[in-house]
Amino acid sequence: MSIDAQTVKHVATLARLQASPTEVEAYAEQLSRILTLMETLNSLPTEGVMPMSHAVDIPIPERDDVVCHTDQREALLACAADTDQGHFRVPKIIE
Amino acid sequence: MDLSHISLTDAAELLRSRSLSAVELTRHFLNRIETTDPTLNAFITVDAAGALAAAEAADLRLAQGQATPLTGIPLAIKDLFCTQGLRTTCASKMLQHFVPPYESTVTRRLKAAGAVVLGKTNMDEFAMGSSNETSFFGPVRNPWDHDRTPGGSSGGSAAATAAGLCLAAIGTDTGGSIRQPAALTGTTGLKPTYGRVSRYGMIAFASSLDQAGPMTRSVADAATLLQAMAGHDPLDSTSIDAPVPDYQSGLTTSMRGMRIGIPAEYFADGLADSVRRGVEQAMETFRSLGAQCLSLSLPSTAYAIPTYYIIAPAEASSNLARYDGIRFGHRCADPQDLQEMYARSRSEGFGAEVKRRIMLGTYVLSSGYYDAYYRKAQKVRRLIADDFQSAFTQVDLLLTPTTPETAFRIGEKNSDPVQMYLSDIFTINVNLAGLPGLSLPCGFDENNLPVGVQLIGRPLQEATLLAAGHAFQQVTDWHLRRPS
Repeated sequence: MSIDAQTVKHVATLARLQASPTEVEAYAEQLSRILTLMETLNSLPTEGVMPMSHAVDIPIPERDDVVCHTDQREALLACAADTDQGHFRVPKIIE
Repeated sequence: MDLSHISLTDAAELLRSRSLSAVELTRHFLNRIETTDPTLNAFITVDAAGALAAAEAADLRLAQGQATPLTGIPLAIKDLFCTQGLRTTCASKMLQHFVPPYESTVTRRLKAAGAVVLGKTNMDEFAMGSSNETSFFGPVRNPWDHDRTPGGSSGGSAAATAAGLCLAAIGTDTGGSIRQPAALTGTTGLKPTYGRVSRYGMIAFASSLDQAGPMTRSVADAATLLQAMAGHDPLDSTSIDAPVPDYQSGLTTSMRGMRIGIPAEYFADGLADSVRRGVEQAMETFRSLGAQCLSLSLPSTAYAIPTYYIIAPAEASSNLARYDGIRFGHRCADPQDLQEMYARSRSEGFGAEVKRRIMLGTYVLSSGYYDAYYRKAQKVRRLIADDFQSAFTQVDLLLTPTTPETAFRIGEKNSDPVQMYLSDIFTINVNLAGLPGLSLPCGFDENNLPVGVQLIGRPLQEATLLAAGHAFQQVTDWHLRRPS
């Protein structure tokens, strides 16, 4: 499987990553090689096999939705790069 | 007595008898780190003040006779566990300045037992790598040969343990990240059953594969640490609610009559002669202990690498979507709009391998390719797990090499992602199937580099793995050898 520059650019947009022309070229080459390795799976018949999404088959536990750890605003805002008056600040979205 | 390499049991005895204080022991390791770590680069953050405060508290507890086997024991923690108030970077520029507002369950449990956290160890960025070369903070050097890698991703934890910069360390293993560096540094590394140890507060890479475990200089030490780490945690929805056995007392279980399976696929071409010799010698040792070795086949083995490198990047691309530059992590300077802020913050904050895996994961999950890659890989994952299940109807344990070769040189594989991925060939199957795996030192190659043997067990049978490993270490001394 070979991935072209157009596909790389599309995937980069989906992944919210920038890719310079050199990076696009490198990704195209590397991802193509990795996907070739992955295509060895096609030789293995898997019809009727149940996909395995988790290592351990346990039911997902449920709990009551109870408020805990209240008043963490300052601690959480302290992790952010830009805050203002108790809020996260981001570039203007609406003109 | 050389404090740097004593066992957890001996250290606990010295502390309990008050022949040594926790503060003295902690100072010893802080001094070792200060003199040795500039060469090894095993630590990203050393918390001398926090460690000494914890040691003082441990001394008080010891004086009151309220010690646990871990009270006053200096440990190194992979920089992927959130530690409240102590910087946690995941070896990424993205989290270079991140100070978590909460504590991971693993570190909370260890601290509650009285353990002293010396600092946070270096690793591959976001645990993506097998050589520690993807760290934003530079590569870790293997204590056995400074030109070689200690493996990865828990390379800092492995190097610190091997070099005696801590009494033991904690790592995580998504595709071999505890066992492979343990093998490459002559240490003992245990990846427990998926769900045995809580993932709460571990920075997520691939959530259906990640698991934390001990990295130590003996199996007995690993048993002590696992005892404190294992158990149900309501904060992790995949945590298994099953009783935790007494691992220490289980260590003396006899190997007589134990059936050990030897999967032929793990001894194919590409296995270095020195590794083959070490592993075959380990087989002989287990036979001499009364175990029976049986050849068997795990036919889907060859498909594990492509399966893993679809599933793990897919989960990673989803997990790493949270790094948006807004709530925490790196934010680019002066973005013009929100989209530019996302893309530039992420592109500046993530390193090359992390970006490559996000790209790969995004591709295999994208419209039109989901069934061909991701769904297909999930089906093959089932076949791989079924292979193991069927093997465990015939045998109690499996024995394999941990890695196809001994420690490779820094720079040797990092230009070729495919070559690097292939170094996980014997460990990733275990993660895909969710099983426990233990790597033990079992010899040295012609360059005096350690060789590792891997034992794989049934789900939740860590006690069996530890008993076998302990029996092996009672009659061999590979785990006692130290780098000069």
